[in-house]
Amino acid sequence: MSNPLEDMEKPDVIFCIGTNMTECHPVAATRLKRAIANGAKLITADPRRIALAELADVYLPLRVGSDVSLLLAMAHVIHREGLTDQGFVEGRTTEAEAFLKHIEEFTPEWAEPITEVPAADIERAALLYGKAERGAIYYTLGITEHICGVDNVQSLCNLALMTGNIGREGTGVNPMRGQNNIQGAGDCGALPNNYPGFQSVLDPAYQEKFAPVYGRKVDLELGPTKPRALEACGDGIHAMIINGENTVVSDPERHHCEEALKSLDQLVVIDIFLTETAELADVVFPATAWGETDGVQTNTERRVQRLRKAVDPPGEAMPDWWIVSQIARRMGTPGFDFRSAKDVFNELCELSPIYAGLDWDRIDAGEYQWPVPHRDHPGTPILHQGVFENGRGIFKLIRYRDPAEVISDEFPVWLTTGRRLPNYHTRTQTGRAAGIDYLAPGERLEIHPEDVEDWGLEDGGWAKMTSPRGCMMVKVEANARSPRGTVFTSFSFNDAPVNVLTGGGYDPITDTAELKVCPVRVERP
Amino acid sequence: MSTNGTRPTIVLDGEKVAFTPGETVYEAATRHGKDIPTLCYDPRLEPFGGCRLCVVEIEGARTPVASCTAQCQSGMDVRTRSARVEVHRRTLMEMLASENREVEVDELTSLASQEMTELVDRYEARTGRFEGRQSGASRPDDPNPFIMRDYDNCISCYRCVRVCAEQEGDYAISVKGRGFDTQITVEFDGHLKESACTFCGQCVQTCPTGALGDLKALAHREVEGETKKTRTVCPYCGVGCSVDLLTRGNQLIGVQPAMDGPANLGALCVKGQFAFDFIQHPDRLAHPLVRGEDGELHEAGWDEALDRAAEGFLRVRERYGRHSVYGVASGRAPHEAAYTMQKFIRGGFGTNYIDNCSRA
Repeated sequence: MSNPLEDMEKPDVIFCIGTNMTECHPVAATRLKRAIANGAKLITADPRRIALAELADVYLPLRVGSDVSLLLAMAHVIHREGLTDQGFVEGRTTEAEAFLKHIEEFTPEWAEPITEVPAADIERAALLYGKAERGAIYYTLGITEHICGVDNVQSLCNLALMTGNIGREGTGVNPMRGQNNIQGAGDCGALPNNYPGFQSVLDPAYQEKFAPVYGRKVDLELGPTKPRALEACGDGIHAMIINGENTVVSDPERHHCEEALKSLDQLVVIDIFLTETAELADVVFPATAWGETDGVQTNTERRVQRLRKAVDPPGEAMPDWWIVSQIARRMGTPGFDFRSAKDVFNELCELSPIYAGLDWDRIDAGEYQWPVPHRDHPGTPILHQGVFENGRGIFKLIRYRDPAEVISDEFPVWLTTGRRLPNYHTRTQTGRAAGIDYLAPGERLEIHPEDVEDWGLEDGGWAKMTSPRGCMMVKVEANARSPRGTVFTSFSFNDAPVNVLTGGGYDPITDTAELKVCPVRVERP
Repeated sequence: MSTNGTRPTIVLDGEKVAFTPGETVYEAATRHGKDIPTLCYDPRLEPFGGCRLCVVEIEGARTPVASCTAQCQSGMDVRTRSARVEVHRRTLMEMLASENREVEVDELTSLASQEMTELVDRYEARTGRFEGRQSGASRPDDPNPFIMRDYDNCISCYRCVRVCAEQEGDYAISVKGRGFDTQITVEFDGHLKESACTFCGQCVQTCPTGALGDLKALAHREVEGETKKTRTVCPYCGVGCSVDLLTRGNQLIGVQPAMDGPANLGALCVKGQFAFDFIQHPDRLAHPLVRGEDGELHEAGWDEALDRAAEGFLRVRERYGRHSVYGVASGRAPHEAAYTMQKFIRGGFGTNYIDNCSRA
């Protein structure tokens, strides 16, 4: 997030797009609800009539995957109405002239048939955000899990840049990170393009800097992303080590994923349960879990937080860092003489400029939002204040593209996926917490009541759902949260493996799968 | 303070103290170390003035005034612990104690559950002077596994109603009846699951009498040992809510929200509040597993498993080259896991064949 969570109570206009925050980030949503109670206006763009839609002043029920056209049209209206922040644009951005010319053709009337949102509502939303004193954008995977995920994010940045809604209290472009330490995994350099602290692997200076750490010079080229690596299993990739991810259930194209992992000469999994993925491994290591492990994590607002051990782990389980280090040592890899989590974290801080002012003892006593460039620095709650790190904010010229697969006579229904409040991801954890089953005993496919009737289905009965990649059975829930022609399910339940169906396309830059859009056929079994 | 000369003041128990305009008498007094009793007060919520325990005497006012709703005014002369207000408070506590089935509640019931008990003790209010009818009807019929609804112990302070509305924005909890017949309930007087309740547990944690209780924590009340609290952060989404883990010995008993957690300010959701016990589930992996000749996974010692893993990676590197090994780090494990994973790949193979689970 560019801004801290506490800023969520400060905007006068909030724009939520592709985020079911009340279910996926419920505590953050309480702050938005307070802002609304205090008079803030809410624009919600989401294909489903989620709780944020009910709270919205303007609700934009866009067709799945049509975000770019909506955002282009909003930019068009903002500029047409003279709501562009000229001072900000001239002082802090570049490529504005080309961008403002680019958006001339993208009227709300152009966007209406693509988004299926009335042009008048697009106008209202644009005027509301465009006139905001403090406009803040919040998004989640509904923006990124598309073949145009990067385009979606850059379209949001364009809106913030043209209205000057960045680098100030109560504004910003704010992704809500979905996993407790997904931000931290990136901070630590577990990325194919960056060393720890987002230092590019393509920069020879960083290659030089990190050579003593790794005991060798690392390739001056990007590694493949995980989806590409899975594709290459058995043909280029022959061994994998997977730490704490149930890849088989969480990733798209499940059958392909299982085959890929089975084709490896060696699969090592480090986890706390024998997940569907661990069942395919040659060696499985038992890790200590949350509550059993001392360590550090980074939340969605870049807050670096201390995790503490409260109980002993079961049996012989050991911390992940210890297990990885032991394998490395037995391979003869230098630099794995860590005696504690503190040793590991302090090495990260020494190498990472955004953590330079931190160490284990400092984190033990307080929480700081990175960047923390030196010891006396208080942390950085708001990014881009006064100046962008890379100089100027760059407008990007984006064009709308259809999703990788669109509905057809054979697959006439849009399927979109996500989470529900009581369950988390593949239920390895919530599925083993007493009582959660009372709230969510099983998977169900949310279908508009009129579609349930038209398609010859029954509320509570079974449906067969088919995509070009596979087929699954799932129970039907007649629910008007789903619009006509669009159905929703989560990917939490192994016996309703929706990722057998998904995986029609990937964003060309991030390789993020288009999990939010999958044309299917839904029929009585 | 340098600004003291220009700031307005009140007289607090005979001492002149400064206040910030807009500050209530309760806030100013508490800030100056006065211990004023409350039951309906939660600093996160709007002042309510319902329990009347925070009454103080203000010079010129005919009757004692609720300090939580009275704003400081320049020159106000406030007495927080006069004999008159202490008698008033004791009488109130005697009445409150008389209308509940019990005053002692288990400490595992909730974060605020001891507030009433402590005040009953402080005012020696177990006099039985008002014994008679009790208020509130419990709902043992609600089968939910998380929230005990024992309204026999309710004093109608409305903290649950207000936290649900003001803090959560869910408005699930409502009130029926008036006066002595006031009953906390939800829509259609039904079960929580059929209401707008999201089971975030905020009502439980703010309840000062144990009328609302954490059933998962209470299930461990027989576990022996002192209850210990460990401050950490919720393991689920990216918001990073601070929590205290309750343990007795090596048993994880429950979770309580940290009121000073910077990301959550005391709020939690159903997962953070109630979905903690996966870590002590019998399904946990407790020993390394190695796939045997028979194709099955078998328990193995650490040496055997680590050697097998190391030899496997060396063999693949030997046979297919260093660009044949890939690492996937976790977005769930701490930094130390992700850091060593990337170092394992970069140091062991000299490649950037490392990613985390953020793309799916």
